[in-house]
Amino acid sequence: MSDPTTPGPGPVPAAAAAADVQGMTVVARTQAQMVRRRFFRHRAAMGGLIALLLIVLLAFSSIGFANVPGWWDKDYWSIATVENGGRPTLSVIPTWLGGSGVHLGEHPFGQDNVGKDYFALTMRGVQQSITIAFIVGIVGTVIGTLVGATAGYFRGRVEAVLMRFTDVMITIPLLVVAAVLGRRYGDSGIVVLGLVIGLVTWTNLARLVRGEFLALREKEFVEAARAAGTSARRIIVKHMLPNIIGVIIVSATLAVAAAILLEAALSFLGFGVRDPDTSLGRLISLYQSAFSTRPWLFWFPGVFIIAIALSVNFIGDGLRDAFDPRQNRVRD
Amino acid sequence: MLVFIVRRVIVSFFILLAATFVMYLLTANAGNPLGDLQESRAPNREALIEARIRLLNLDTPAPLRYFIWLKGAAGCLAPFVFECDLGQSVQGQDVSALLGVAFTQTLQLVIAATVLAMILGITVGIVTALRQYSGLDYTVTFSAFLFFSLPIFWVAVLLKEYGAIRFNDWLGDPTVPIGVAVVLGVVSGLFWMIVISGDRTRRLTTFAAAFVASAGALWLLSETQWFADPGLGVVVIAVTAVGLAFLTTALVAGFTYRNVLYAALASAGVGIVCHFALDSVLDDPSAMIIVLLALVTVAVGVGLGYALGGLQRRQAIQAAVLTGLGTGALLFLDRLLGAWDTYSDRVSGRVIATIGARTPNFQGTFWEEGLDRATHLILPTIAIVLISFATYTRYTRSSMLEVLNQDYVRTARSKGLAERGVVVKHAFRNAMIPITTLMAFDFAGVLSGAVITENVFGWTGLGKLFTDALTRVDPNPVMGFFLIAGAAAVVFNMLADIAYAFLDPRIRLS
Repeated sequence: MSDPTTPGPGPVPAAAAAADVQGMTVVARTQAQMVRRRFFRHRAAMGGLIALLLIVLLAFSSIGFANVPGWWDKDYWSIATVENGGRPTLSVIPTWLGGSGVHLGEHPFGQDNVGKDYFALTMRGVQQSITIAFIVGIVGTVIGTLVGATAGYFRGRVEAVLMRFTDVMITIPLLVVAAVLGRRYGDSGIVVLGLVIGLVTWTNLARLVRGEFLALREKEFVEAARAAGTSARRIIVKHMLPNIIGVIIVSATLAVAAAILLEAALSFLGFGVRDPDTSLGRLISLYQSAFSTRPWLFWFPGVFIIAIALSVNFIGDGLRDAFDPRQNRVRD
Repeated sequence: MLVFIVRRVIVSFFILLAATFVMYLLTANAGNPLGDLQESRAPNREALIEARIRLLNLDTPAPLRYFIWLKGAAGCLAPFVFECDLGQSVQGQDVSALLGVAFTQTLQLVIAATVLAMILGITVGIVTALRQYSGLDYTVTFSAFLFFSLPIFWVAVLLKEYGAIRFNDWLGDPTVPIGVAVVLGVVSGLFWMIVISGDRTRRLTTFAAAFVASAGALWLLSETQWFADPGLGVVVIAVTAVGLAFLTTALVAGFTYRNVLYAALASAGVGIVCHFALDSVLDDPSAMIIVLLALVTVAVGVGLGYALGGLQRRQAIQAAVLTGLGTGALLFLDRLLGAWDTYSDRVSGRVIATIGARTPNFQGTFWEEGLDRATHLILPTIAIVLISFATYTRYTRSSMLEVLNQDYVRTARSKGLAERGVVVKHAFRNAMIPITTLMAFDFAGVLSGAVITENVFGWTGLGKLFTDALTRVDPNPVMGFFLIAGAAAVVFNMLADIAYAFLDPRIRLS
């Protein structure tokens, strides 16, 4: 556990140095430092984080967004002539291995059947999917935390009403209610779609937060704060929420991963993002029958969905390990 | 306990009521059911619109329309008091009739898949928990994450292409080139090497044995044209049945006393004898005969266990029955594969199907029709299993690890109990308590149909009914679908709570 980068407490006595060699000294760290340290040492999570950042960077810088132009010279709506059967020109096998060299070419991911550049289309799909997933994740987490915290802190009638409402919402399968909402709001743009789906994905977190709050509110420090006349809002925000921030962050991450797949499924069924805009699920839905003739139309969006969902899941796993107080061992 | 259950039932009822109300308003808001008529150019447009308004009661505001719907739906819950009436679809079909057809399709599709995913997932989860931080554990963990992140429709399209179209092409000339056999042998060797960990010599021997066995078997099967007309044959059945006897004995009793093993072996032996004795009966049986035979198998197993069990009578009965049923399943599979040749001819070589539940207008012997169903089921089943398998593995693993760290497990080990007893009796049972909740949720989810799987594979189950109705803006089928899905969710949620309270007395007391 001895690490030269962590600040040591001044000159080290001989006995402590001997203990240090055996790895027995305990370096004082704050909770946040320990969590950060454990997270940054979690190799899968770091890999996921880097991969996700790269994908986001690629998607938003290549074709640009919201009037900011990107470095890729084609867009995802212009129709062009289909060259070479729309085959992808991307090549990653270098010439000395017998390939045609590493280059992007004119249409790295090929073209679709009306000649739109498939790289630009896929990047647009990645942008849309990630935007929706993050909106869903944030909205769901905020509502879930609010409902759970209110129910757990106030108990009594407030709790009864809120938790019965949660029970009702949990009864409706997520895909079903999301499809019904998507049918109505799918053509109002992705922000609205993300918001309405977020409105129905908070139920599990609300139950979790309520459970944690029920235990926390009996603790002495909450009692003390209440005795000092602290307002309920301040107790919840300042005293209790920081204690369960781990649960919330982990759940938010996993909610984003689930939302990526949910959006893809909705768009695949035709209840998500609509024409003329696109998303990864919609691309797969459009070109599933083209698989045997032009498989790249199917492979590229699929690989991006999996890459994004996998990275986010790994980040969530790393966060869970990092926030787990029982885990005093650093995985290395 | 009774008070607990009664209270739970009443609460569940009101939750379902509220959920249908919410869902009704959402559905009514989802789109305009008159949209297609208003855009049409039919001469009698006004009359059509008028008729549909009357059919769907569109002149009543949605919150009030809910009560009209509820009055009809109440009949489905209390069938003798009122008439069951879930309204009509826009084409005027009775929703309850539509639901009945779709529900049977869904049941056929999902039950086998869910049970399979549970068994596989729980087994793998336990094994990875027992071998924590081993190569196997890391491999399974990574695969579980990968499966979590797979969009099921994407997997389904891949399965259709490689599992059905290309596989059927390959069946036209089913030979395995020697290179492919070697590669698959290496893969299998690596797999077993990871599963059976140990020191270097043991790993190398495992790898070599698995490589030779798999590559050799593939080569042999290819040379003998087995893939053109597959079957198990009596030798394979016998060897597998004996292996099964040892496996069940190891699980339920261990080998300290031999009585259990003898009972299981006897049960396997009876099964193999039946392979010959029942030859004529099994030529073209009815489903009834199969069920009867299964019952007879159970009875024979109980008898053998009772007679040979000695002091371990209960375990002997369990082992004998399990082995008997396993052997029966092998015989069934063998017969099913026996129909392969004729079936393949009748569907002109396209054995693995990509669409639908059955070949239209297909009629044949019991085994041919069974094979027809099986080949239609196999791809969607794989797709469903892949996705839910991951969840079960992860949950079982963490639950099992939690239990294995408990004091009572340490006590059991320190008093010198064999590892089998510790794992099966002390750890496994307690680890299963939280999994029951997951199972209940999963079954509830499954009854509402595998929406995406049904769409990709063209099964006309509940999920397809739902998406089709939603696309057409047809509120009554959507509500009928939700009545089943919501009722399943509420009922299984309730069952999970009750089972939890039953299995873990601490819940009841608090």
